[in-house]
Amino acid sequence: MQLYLPIAEVSVNALTLLGLGGLVGVLSGMFGVGGGFLITPLLMFIGVPPGVAVATGANQVVASSVSGVLAHLKRRTVDFRMGLVLLAGGMIGSGAGIWVFSILRRLGQVELLVQLSYVVFLGMIGVMMLQESLRAMHRASRPGAPLRRAHQHYLVHRLPLKLRFRVSGLYISVIPPMLVGAVVGFLAAIMGVGGGFIMVPAMIYLLGMPTKVVVGTSLFQIIFVTAFTTLMHAITAYSVDILLAVVLIFGGVIGAQVGTQIGLRLKAERLRLFLALLVLSVSVKIAFDLLLTPSELYVLTPGRLP
Amino acid sequence: MIRLLLILLMFALPAGAETVVAGLSQNRVAITANFDGSEILVFGAVARDAPVPPGQLDVIVTIEGPAGPVIVRRKARRAGIWVNTDAVGIDTAPSFYAIATTGPLSEILSETDNLRHRISIGRAVRTIGASGQAADSPVFTDALIRLRRASGVYLVEDGGVTLERDTLIRADVRLPANLTEGIFRARIFLLREGRVVAVEETAIDVQKAGIERFLHRLALDRPLIYGILSLSLAILAGWLASAAFTWLRR
Repeated sequence: MQLYLPIAEVSVNALTLLGLGGLVGVLSGMFGVGGGFLITPLLMFIGVPPGVAVATGANQVVASSVSGVLAHLKRRTVDFRMGLVLLAGGMIGSGAGIWVFSILRRLGQVELLVQLSYVVFLGMIGVMMLQESLRAMHRASRPGAPLRRAHQHYLVHRLPLKLRFRVSGLYISVIPPMLVGAVVGFLAAIMGVGGGFIMVPAMIYLLGMPTKVVVGTSLFQIIFVTAFTTLMHAITAYSVDILLAVVLIFGGVIGAQVGTQIGLRLKAERLRLFLALLVLSVSVKIAFDLLLTPSELYVLTPGRLP
Repeated sequence: MIRLLLILLMFALPAGAETVVAGLSQNRVAITANFDGSEILVFGAVARDAPVPPGQLDVIVTIEGPAGPVIVRRKARRAGIWVNTDAVGIDTAPSFYAIATTGPLSEILSETDNLRHRISIGRAVRTIGASGQAADSPVFTDALIRLRRASGVYLVEDGGVTLERDTLIRADVRLPANLTEGIFRARIFLLREGRVVAVEETAIDVQKAGIERFLHRLALDRPLIYGILSLSLAILAGWLASAAFTWLRR
């Protein structure tokens, strides 16, 4: 069944779109990542123009995140206080990111920057998570091994403006989560994604939050970041394709519910291992695109040279 | 009306002149949600007020979509990775171009007339400002044509036009699914010994229809409302899915 997309101006198979939405939805519910880092390259792969893919991907992420958060709300695994602190930082970072993005667009190297940041950040985070989750699984398989402390005390815990995050079981300064939010918001704006794949590991490893709370809280924060991105794209570039979004969302919201169920049945360290492998494979794929001789050396973009 | 015009033309033109009368199977193409391309039949007849002149008669049919500027970028290896290096701005290139002929283009059309009427794909793409942007700017134009031919929006069909008894013309052109909206221009050229002796031009109105049109207009005219609508839809869908699954598990 073919579907003509009014904004993307391409005709695509509706079932393919439904499948893509569903797949990304499952991952979103399982890991608390918005799925933007997957849906955007996948849409471009089936012929949707990059601008439309980024903007519509963001819109789809809003839907799957709402669905995911509601599922987590019932289990009280959303730390609203932490979410709001992260969001405050996120908005500042996102604003700065959109500004830098427009400068680089004028310089004509924005595509390279996006690809490089995908490789570097996804690669770094993937390796870190892989190491940690493997170590955790190894420890879990030896019952006699000494238990590690819930979290270590770093400099982070001596900073002022301390706040109690009851759901996360933390009593820390608001400065580190604000900074994490800002950095993630900045990268998210540059990479055109929600930033869950950076946020989730940052919350686990930098802030020391429990994995079960991390997913819901990350999704909560992602709703607002991607909603902001969607609106910005709709107003400035007219690149949100609502018909494309509806089909993706339909698959995505169902997938997110399924994903949440799978996520709750899996062990936390195994969940992290899977996310690490997923993040790493996307990073490796983009790295190969940059390193191998492309089959097509020329690229067309409508518009005039500045 | 056409008949009247024809009679007038016959008187106005010198003896032995040939003219072409053309029609299209449709002057409007509506892009609906399930639009999957469209077939356009171009038909016509050669009208003359004198006996058929000697020599071979050839026909070229072109259909051209709305044009716009295009940037062609080339990748090169820099410090081990492939990045966009050189770029050439093409002044204007049609978003769609189909050319059907009665024979090989190079044999039936002279270069002067090609230049004058911009018939071949290479001429339909205007590259006046392109030279000087890169040492080998023609390569970039070739790349544009190659990429657009590969994606099916530039079509060349040698022998795609049937000409019966030097009078009746017929050509079928398949419009692909990924069309851009706008006024398309269909042209029929009559040629003798490489020279264009008559031209007829008609417009095809390609427009989005129904929900496609409504959404496209809304996105451009009321971006804020459109953006909020997209978001509300996303939030509603997310809530509905969550509610539905809770209900299902009960």
